[in-house]
Amino acid sequence: MDASLIVLALMDGASYAALLFVVALGLTLIFGVMRILNIAHGSLYAWGGYFAATLGLAITRFGLPSWLALPALFLAAIVIGSLLASVLEFTLLRRILDKDPILQLLVTFAAFMVLEDLQRLIWGVQPVFVSEVVNQFGTLEVAGVTYTRYQLLVLPAVAIAALIGLRWFLGRTAIGRQVTAVTHSREVAIAMGVNAQRVTWLTIALGGVLGALGGALASPTTSFTPGIGADMLVLSFAVVATAGLGQIGGAAIAALMIGMARSFSVYLLPEIEVLVPYLIMVAVLLVRPEGLFSSVAARRI
Amino acid sequence: MNRVLFSGLLAASMFLHGGASAQEKPAELKIGITTFTSGAASVFGVPAKAAAEMLIEDINKAGGIGGVKVTPIFIDEGIGGDKLLSEYRRVVQEQGVRTMLASISSGNCNTLAPVAEDLKVLNIMWDCGTEKILENKRYKYVVRTQANATTEMVATVLYLLKVRPDFKTIAVVNQDYAWGRDSAEIVLNTLKVLRPDVKVVAEMFPKVGASDFSTEISRLQALRPDVVLNTSWGGDLDTFVRQAGQRGLFKPTTTFVMPLIESSLERLGDAVPAGIIAGARGDHYWAHPETVNDAAHKDFVTRFRARTKSYPIYPAYHMAQALVGLKAGYEGALKANGGKWPAPEQVAQAMRSNKFKAYGRELSMREDGQSLEAQLLGVTKRDPKYPFAVIDKMVLVPAELVTPPVGQMSLEWIKGLRPDMARLLGTEQFKTHDFK
Repeated sequence: MDASLIVLALMDGASYAALLFVVALGLTLIFGVMRILNIAHGSLYAWGGYFAATLGLAITRFGLPSWLALPALFLAAIVIGSLLASVLEFTLLRRILDKDPILQLLVTFAAFMVLEDLQRLIWGVQPVFVSEVVNQFGTLEVAGVTYTRYQLLVLPAVAIAALIGLRWFLGRTAIGRQVTAVTHSREVAIAMGVNAQRVTWLTIALGGVLGALGGALASPTTSFTPGIGADMLVLSFAVVATAGLGQIGGAAIAALMIGMARSFSVYLLPEIEVLVPYLIMVAVLLVRPEGLFSSVAARRI
Repeated sequence: MNRVLFSGLLAASMFLHGGASAQEKPAELKIGITTFTSGAASVFGVPAKAAAEMLIEDINKAGGIGGVKVTPIFIDEGIGGDKLLSEYRRVVQEQGVRTMLASISSGNCNTLAPVAEDLKVLNIMWDCGTEKILENKRYKYVVRTQANATTEMVATVLYLLKVRPDFKTIAVVNQDYAWGRDSAEIVLNTLKVLRPDVKVVAEMFPKVGASDFSTEISRLQALRPDVVLNTSWGGDLDTFVRQAGQRGLFKPTTTFVMPLIESSLERLGDAVPAGIIAGARGDHYWAHPETVNDAAHKDFVTRFRARTKSYPIYPAYHMAQALVGLKAGYEGALKANGGKWPAPEQVAQAMRSNKFKAYGRELSMREDGQSLEAQLLGVTKRDPKYPFAVIDKMVLVPAELVTPPVGQMSLEWIKGLRPDMARLLGTEQFKTHDFK
């Protein structure tokens, strides 16, 4: 494997990691605040992608200006993410907050299956795909290999912006600090006058938007088919578990690790490509069962 | 457990009672059909189901099979192997269905073929490709109304050698499951015999349902192989073609071989470039050079399009073959049985010496239950009349050339192929037909 191939593998890994990170970020954020592993997050990814594709098609059909294609991805994510996440929060999540974790898992899994079926009702089973955005950005050449600017520049830029934006929001804004407070201790935060219910709803909506954003950003390069949500959910869970549940910066590094390892394996050992994310997860969890970056939790009592 | 045992005994006694002897003409002929109506493979299952409904309506309008009305019972293959198996048993044992069309997935055929044999019901493998089932074991109740994977892949290699005789390197990007692995094995083994000098520069097996082929595409761009084989289908193939197009991978120097792309052409629209070697898993295409103007075929295409808003793809044609084959089988068995309603094994027996024609060339069935079906291959072309790529320079590879004889195992047969087979490529048998 020579130097140029290493560069190629790094770039493929980075663009893949970017997408993975955005989805994982939503999952880990919701877990941080609610201590619920939201399986329905996979549906948010799928719905985000499908809805973005629908908007993309509408832009072409109604002859709207084509520069709208990129903003439409974000619009799709915000609309579908906040809407769906709010519905989930009001109807299910807030009711199972202090239930057994197994029950929580089952309930969100049920929601996932319901949403998957609804998605089949709405968008059908044929693969859906709208790639206008990628063509607009064009391509560039690195070491004799053509890349799309979309995957090499746009996706990582969005991922970095999401990371920085979220850190700024959690650390510097009043509402963000309330989120952090609820993450640390719900009861104490309530005692201090934080409206925990509102904070929780907000976090879930934000997490949902991130999940849907992952789907929307993937829609110009991937065919959306039934089952795509489950795949992404499992992968992003691998990222979150490797990083440590609730770790935001850690998720970025874990996503990069998994993305890079996967692309290197395609060059060196294509046989194990599918396994790589899970090998990494197992290796990390064997050494650090809490995940790479989680600090040792202080005992509550 | 007791209940299972009991229902098993009950079923067994039913068969003892009704088994081999000829029966009364039933009020209706129930046919169990397994097809994917959920999951990624529903891109095949849903069009096939539409074709089944349409064709069964036609059969019934024309008086049914042997005067008996046909009633389909659909089972979703997407529910998974175990559940499918219990649904299959339920349909046979509780609803008394004795004729099954199963299935699309080779994995499901592997599971269901021995079960059909146990339950003594006729099972037509109507779409699955694995050659191993009928080669490894002799079945009494199981037949297949289309070609198998060996026929499909060896024909593809021959067509590749005709279109691009001088290639030196090949890379494989197939899905990581039985079909992806098996098809690569057949193609590479065939090449080893016919073109031992060809170098395999990469074998990549991304997972089924992969959403990102970025690394595979980078690696292909770095390797610059003469030929890229990709036997994937559905969303996976669509994604690969789109991402490859976006990344500028389709260059005239590389020949892409996509044996299942016929089923994606309409969906992919202008994303499919010209010059891809395209297959359709058999002898069928809506613009089939020999049957495009046949009244029956034209009518099928028109009505299928009116019903589904799409052109029929190969699973719809496979369904047609299974139903036409089944009807011919029943009619043959009725005749042999002196007009009395035949038992499943009599139909299975009649089907083994059948010849029937759906919308391609005539198919003939062999004593091992395998059909001989020609293989349509061609090269994609853009035609201004259609918003998607069409298949041009079509060749109908004769099945006899590319199918192991009865009793031979595929891989051994392939090893015994003669390299001078390639001289056939210039003959009348490999005549090319333009898209019209």
